[in-house]
Amino acid sequence: MYDKQVRRRRAVLVLLVVVSLILLTAYFGESAGSPLHSVQRGVVTVLSPIQEGASRALKPVRDLFGWFGDTARAKTERDQLKAQRDRLLEQVAGYQVAVQENRQLRGLLQIDSNGLDAYDKRTVRVIGRPPNNLLLDRLQVDAGSSAGVRIGDPVVADGGLVGHVSFVASDASFVTLITDPSSSVSVKVLNTTGDTGLLKPSVGDPLDLLVQLLPRHARIRQADIVVSGGFRTTRLESLYPPNIPIGRVTKADPEELASDQQVHVAPIADLRHLDFVQILIGPSGSDGERAQVGP
Amino acid sequence: MNGIEGYQLPLRLAALGFLTVVIQIAAVSQITVFGVSVDLSPLVVASVGLLAGSLPGAVFGFAVGLFVDVALVQTLGVTSLLFIAIGYWAGRLRELRDPAHGLTPLAVGAAATAFAVVGFSLMQFMLGVRAPVSWLLLRQVVVTILIGTLLALPIYALVRRVVQGSLPDDPRRRRRRAYTTGGLSPLQRPSAGR
Repeated sequence: MYDKQVRRRRAVLVLLVVVSLILLTAYFGESAGSPLHSVQRGVVTVLSPIQEGASRALKPVRDLFGWFGDTARAKTERDQLKAQRDRLLEQVAGYQVAVQENRQLRGLLQIDSNGLDAYDKRTVRVIGRPPNNLLLDRLQVDAGSSAGVRIGDPVVADGGLVGHVSFVASDASFVTLITDPSSSVSVKVLNTTGDTGLLKPSVGDPLDLLVQLLPRHARIRQADIVVSGGFRTTRLESLYPPNIPIGRVTKADPEELASDQQVHVAPIADLRHLDFVQILIGPSGSDGERAQVGP
Repeated sequence: MNGIEGYQLPLRLAALGFLTVVIQIAAVSQITVFGVSVDLSPLVVASVGLLAGSLPGAVFGFAVGLFVDVALVQTLGVTSLLFIAIGYWAGRLRELRDPAHGLTPLAVGAAATAFAVVGFSLMQFMLGVRAPVSWLLLRQVVVTILIGTLLALPIYALVRRVVQGSLPDDPRRRRRRAYTTGGLSPLQRPSAGR
């Protein structure tokens, strides 16, 4: 009797492990349109209304927990922002003059003001997020291919870049954040020389973004704004249109710049407390997957 | 045991697994503490293993893991493999040692969270996620384990409340059996031939 129980237990255990390994192997070797991916897409479509309902119902709980962290963080941020405001007020006067001149010159040249006019901005609700944000940092939103969302569409929130759409079902999509280890964004620092680099998250502290591959003697200062570079070559085009604000430089150590060619950046969008984001749906002519970084 | 009682445990576990994953994805994952989000699913799987045994623990772990992988569009089988191990070993601990100490779920919860976080990271590295291992990553792993440890006892109490009354050797069942059979289980009852 005991031997039979032991044999049964071991058989079930082996069966479960074998099924898991078969699924893992089959899924890993499949393309995006294959049966297992289709099953996933179907399950996501069925689950998304349930998740949306749960997400709305549990919002007060999330807000309560978020309040504790926000209060502590807000005090530090307040002091930093006061100092930053004083610096910026000095710059505003000069910039206003420059903006006026720029507007007049653009009018003369008939240039699109920010490059985003061609995009349809669709506001969507965040309905889910994976539990492990150390190596996979994504979020699920309640709009999919039926709303015109496509893989590669850029996503923004709070006036800053959030990431891009990486998986699309009919009524839901997954957004890979700029804090995901797989993410790389070509960026431009708005300093005097407009230095360009590659934005990647720090492993272990994803909210500390790094702009890498900068010139060793770049003149970058704390609080400089970092925007998307939006490169375009004959073969590849960046996922992100140019000049979307991404973050502010929090640490620009000349020694680190000289040795590692990098500075630290804090994202403008509050990536840990997003309830709504905007998907920039591009013109219909630019269908298909686009490159995230250049070769 | 009649037919309905036989299905009580699987039904309760199915409902528990479904609600765990939906609440995890829709709410808990969006709350971050010291930069990491809380993961309840390994704690629930370990609790089920501790309460129901190795076989239900492994099957529950497989099902919850598969559901997580499907719902989050991750590589299928990764989380299932990890959760099978967690459910099975938590169950084996109960079957072999039958730990009676009140803090056992705390230790099991810490081990389950550590296994899930480290195992998931290793699997991702093996599947091709390119990320350097740094002290910051290790710090985040430690923080995740600490948070999992803190939540282990309340999660265990919650899971016990859900499956209470449907476990094969539930204390309430034992009391009921003692009342109706004089304290002997059918397995313990001396046969007439001996």
